[in-house]
Amino acid sequence: MFTHNGVIILLTLLVAIMASIMPLPLSVDAFRPDWVLIVLIYWCMALPGRVNIITAWVMGFLLDVLLGSILGIHAAAMAISVYIVAENFQKIRNFSVWQQALITGVLAALYHLVVFWLQRFLIDVTFLSSYLYPVITTIVLWPWVFYLLRKVRRHFSIK
Amino acid sequence: MASFESFRGYLQSLVSPLQYLANTPKQAMTWASTNIATRQQLMTENQQFRLNELKFHEQTMQLNIVKQENVRLRSLLASPLRSELKKMVAEILAVDSDPYSHQVVINRGAGDGVYEGQPVLDASGIVGQILHVGQTTSRVILITDISHAVPVRVQRNGLRLLASGSGQIERLNHNFVPQSADIKIGDLLVTSGLGGKYPEGYPVATVSFVSSDESKEFVRVYSTPIAKIDRLRYLLLLSDAEPVSIFAPKSKQKKLDAQNKAKNKTKVTH
Repeated sequence: MFTHNGVIILLTLLVAIMASIMPLPLSVDAFRPDWVLIVLIYWCMALPGRVNIITAWVMGFLLDVLLGSILGIHAAAMAISVYIVAENFQKIRNFSVWQQALITGVLAALYHLVVFWLQRFLIDVTFLSSYLYPVITTIVLWPWVFYLLRKVRRHFSIK
Repeated sequence: MASFESFRGYLQSLVSPLQYLANTPKQAMTWASTNIATRQQLMTENQQFRLNELKFHEQTMQLNIVKQENVRLRSLLASPLRSELKKMVAEILAVDSDPYSHQVVINRGAGDGVYEGQPVLDASGIVGQILHVGQTTSRVILITDISHAVPVRVQRNGLRLLASGSGQIERLNHNFVPQSADIKIGDLLVTSGLGGKYPEGYPVATVSFVSSDESKEFVRVYSTPIAKIDRLRYLLLLSDAEPVSIFAPKSKQKKLDAQNKAKNKTKVTH
């Protein structure tokens, strides 16, 4: 993990986790993008040998503890979403950035729905359409995150 | 089950540096805004506080007399005296939580004597109870959470109800209220002390809606929490018994349990 500047990957994931628990005003809080998922998707697509389902599970588990949800819910959702990327990384790499953004959106929607379904199964939560608002911001954010992380990867020549 | 709770406690302790770190920008902003205040602002605030202090001072004097009177009357009735509750002030760490549940993180943990199930208040009423305890932070579940309920009674007539969270910040539900129940909009609901988690007599909510459909078996009753659930900053933790840390060795816990049992027995024999 730490050879070839692998520690930078961990740092980006840590920043993503901070961004996802940082307090925001109530009006924009519902639109908070899925920072951790988006960063995981990029790394899994770029370096599937280093970041894969296990990393995703661990990150999701950390989120579970930080957000106070039932242990394993975010972990499972994150692992399932990243599994799809890990399985198709060669295809996704060849798409244009906007096509990738749409795929990220679909994955983010899947992530939120898995979290919702599991919560629904365990405690009786009701569905609000606001649970899917982050998908929109995640799609918009993808190109920026993509170019930024690519720059980071090339600059530190992470392999 | 107990060992799993302590496992979760360790996890909570493990991630608390992250939570403190995520809280720092907000803290810096608050520090800046409190430090950059004009003299005029400070003076008006100071005056306001002086007035408040005067008012509260007068109320305390009255309260002392009422307290003494209450003790005397209770001893006349030969009913058990109420013990003073220990209080601890905690501040909310501004970190985000799961959108599916209503929780907040506070800056006190097992190291400060916080224990699971401890009741949490703000200046105006009941806020919730401690859910998970870490070494330096803990998590509070709010009364509006969908998996939480508080035993309450109507202050006006002592009618017992259950206030369960609705998942919405401004509403509590009351299920299984019979049609014959005497309940009106504006009634104050206070904790009843049943269930043993919350001490008796603290305000919880005011009734905001009572359905008048008499064809139904039960009345639909909603109420609004009195505590400003979405504007919390400082919280009060109450404790009466000697708290037991989840990180404490098992023997200590057993000893305390034994003590409690002995206490209960003596009460029964009285």
